[in-house]
Amino acid sequence: MTLELSHLSRRFTDYPALDDVSLVIAPGEFLALLGPSGSGKTTLLRILAGLDYPDAGTVQLDGDDFLAAQAHKRKVGLVFQHYALFRHLTVAENVAFGLRVRSRKARPSRAQIAERVQQLLKRVQLDDHGHRYPSQLSGGQRQRVALARALAVEPDLLLLDEPFGALDAQVRVTLRRWLRELHEDLQLTTVFVTHDQEEALELADRIAVMNRGRIEQVGSPEVIYRQPATPFVCEFIGKVNKIPLTYANQRLSAGEWVLEGHPWNGRHANVVAYVRPEHLSLGGTDTQPGWTARLRHVYLAGSVAHLELYVPSIDQTLEADVAGEDVARLGLQSGAELRVAPRNAIVFTLSEQAGETSAEGRWVWQA
Amino acid sequence: MRRRILPGFGLSLGYALTYLGLIVLLPLVALAWKASGIGVGGMLHLLSSPRTLAALKLSFGGAILAAIINVCFGLLVAWVLVRYRFPGRRLFDALVDLPFALPTAVAGIALTALYAPNGWLGHWLKHYGIQIAYAPPGVILAMVFVGFPFVVRTLQPVLESLDRDVEEAAESLGASHAQTFFRVILPMLVPTLLTGFALALARAVGEYGSVIFIAGNIPMRSEIAPLLIVEKLEEFDYAGAAALGTVMLIASFALLILIAVLQRWSGRWAEQLQ
Repeated sequence: MTLELSHLSRRFTDYPALDDVSLVIAPGEFLALLGPSGSGKTTLLRILAGLDYPDAGTVQLDGDDFLAAQAHKRKVGLVFQHYALFRHLTVAENVAFGLRVRSRKARPSRAQIAERVQQLLKRVQLDDHGHRYPSQLSGGQRQRVALARALAVEPDLLLLDEPFGALDAQVRVTLRRWLRELHEDLQLTTVFVTHDQEEALELADRIAVMNRGRIEQVGSPEVIYRQPATPFVCEFIGKVNKIPLTYANQRLSAGEWVLEGHPWNGRHANVVAYVRPEHLSLGGTDTQPGWTARLRHVYLAGSVAHLELYVPSIDQTLEADVAGEDVARLGLQSGAELRVAPRNAIVFTLSEQAGETSAEGRWVWQA
Repeated sequence: MRRRILPGFGLSLGYALTYLGLIVLLPLVALAWKASGIGVGGMLHLLSSPRTLAALKLSFGGAILAAIINVCFGLLVAWVLVRYRFPGRRLFDALVDLPFALPTAVAGIALTALYAPNGWLGHWLKHYGIQIAYAPPGVILAMVFVGFPFVVRTLQPVLESLDRDVEEAAESLGASHAQTFFRVILPMLVPTLLTGFALALARAVGEYGSVIFIAGNIPMRSEIAPLLIVEKLEEFDYAGAAALGTVMLIASFALLILIAVLQRWSGRWAEQLQ
C-alpha cells in the first residue's frame, strides 16, 4: 500500500500548520517526520490518523481517497507520546480493546482474542503483566502496551507520535533499537514524529525534515546528514559551524580561508558556509590554507573530543570534533595555538523577503 | 516511622480528631443517648408503626431516586459545560450553584407555585392526570433540585482532566462514538459519579425546608421522616424524635459506607505502583 499525500494545507487561526505538503510513503517504509515544535509534523500525523482534516489537498491510498474514511475505519495503529492507555482496563484488556469493539460478525471469539493478546504481549515482552493495570507499569512498559494495543487490530499503517518523548534517556535507546527490530520483523509501514534528530537518524529508512509547515528535505538519514539541502536542515541536523562569508574580487572568503571557483556570478550580499565539526582539520602548517586559532576548551566525551576554538581573524568560536585519542597525540591543551582548516563545506546564498530568510543558491565546496 | 518533611503530624492529627469529635461525633452520641430513653420496646413500637415506615420509605426511596436522576442529568450538564464553548456558558455555569445558595424554603415555595394544581405547570399537568405538588413526585422534585449542584461540581474537574488522547486512541482502534463513551469515558468517571451520588443522596435525605412546602405532608403518602421528627418534637416526645433520628442516622451511615465500598471497587485501577 502506497500513501500519496499531495498539496496538503492546514491553517489554524493564527498560523499555517501545513503549507502545501506533498509526500509519498512507500509500502513497508519506516519514515520519520522530523522538525522543531510547531513545524506541522504532528498535524500531518493527525491527518493520517483521521483526527484532523486538511483545508486543501488529498491523501490517496493506492489511488483511493484515504481522507473519506473516518478515523475508526482507517486501519491505522496510533501510539501517543503519553501512552493514552485506558487506565481502568488491565494490560490484557487494553490490548484486546480494538478486537472487542468490533461488530459481532467481525469479532474473533473470546478464545481467539485471548490468544492474540497473549501473542502480542509476548511480542512486547510483557507476557506476565497481562493482569496488571497501567498505573502499575513503568513508562517504557506502558509504551510497549500501547504499541501492542495498536498492533492488535492488524493495522495497515502504524503512526507514532513522539513515542519516546516521555521516557528516560536509557529506556529510550533500548526501546528505539527494539522498535527497529520489530519493524524489520513485521515490515509494517510506519510513520513516526520526532523532534529528536538522533532518534530519526538512527531509526528511520527515510526522514522528512519539516519546518514552518513545509517539508524542507526528504531523504535517507545518510543523505539528510551529508547533503543537507537547505540552511535549516544544516542547522537542525547534527552540529554545524555557521560561518558568514564575504565577497570580494570575485572570491568568497572568511578571514584567511578563501573559497575558489564558486558557481555564482555577480555580487551576493549574504553568503553563509556550513562546516560540520568533524570536517575541520587541525594541525596543518602555516603555508596551508586555513586559520590560526586558539584552543579554548577540550570537552572529552568518551571516544570523541569536542574542541572549542576561537579564530581571531573572523572573530568566531568554532567547534571541532576529533577522536579522543588524538587529544593526547596532538598535544591539545587549553590555550594552545593551532591551525584549523575546513575540508568541506556547504555554501548557501541567502535572500531575505518579508523577514524570512530563504536560500537561493547552494554549492558544495571541497578543499 | 519514616521522617517527614513537615513536622507536627501528632499535633495536627490530635487537633483534627478532637475537632471532628466535638463537631460531628458528640452531637450524634447525645442523640443516641437521648434515644435510648424510650428503650428497646419503645423503639420496636416506633419502627413498626406504618406511618413511620411510610415516612422512612419516602425519605430514603425518594432520595435514592433523586440522586440517580441527578447523576444522569448532572453528567449531561457537566459534559456540556466542560466540552462545549457557547455564548452564555459562564452564566449557565454560575446558575448551577443557585440551589446551594437559595434558602431552601424559597426553593420550596417557588416549586410549589409552579407545580401546585393551580400553578403555571401544575394546571397543565392536571389535565393529563399528573399530580406533582402535594404528592411523592413533588418530594422527589425538591430533592432533585437541592442535590443537583453536587454531581455537576464533583464531575467538572474530573471531566476537564480527562485526556483527549484516550478518546482518540479508542477511535483509532475502531470504537464507535457510543463505544468510546460507554467503554472508555464512563468507566473512568464511575468513582466520581459515585461521590456525586453520595453527596446528592445525603443532601436529599437531610432536606427539610424545600420538601415540606411542596410535599403537602399527607401522612402515609407524602410525609418525609424529618417532618415526622419535627412533629414528635412539637408533641414534646423528645425521646421518640431522637429515636427516629437515630434510625435515620444509622440508615444513612450504612448507605454511605456501601457507596464508599462500591467506589473503592470501581476505582481499583487507580492504585499507584508503590
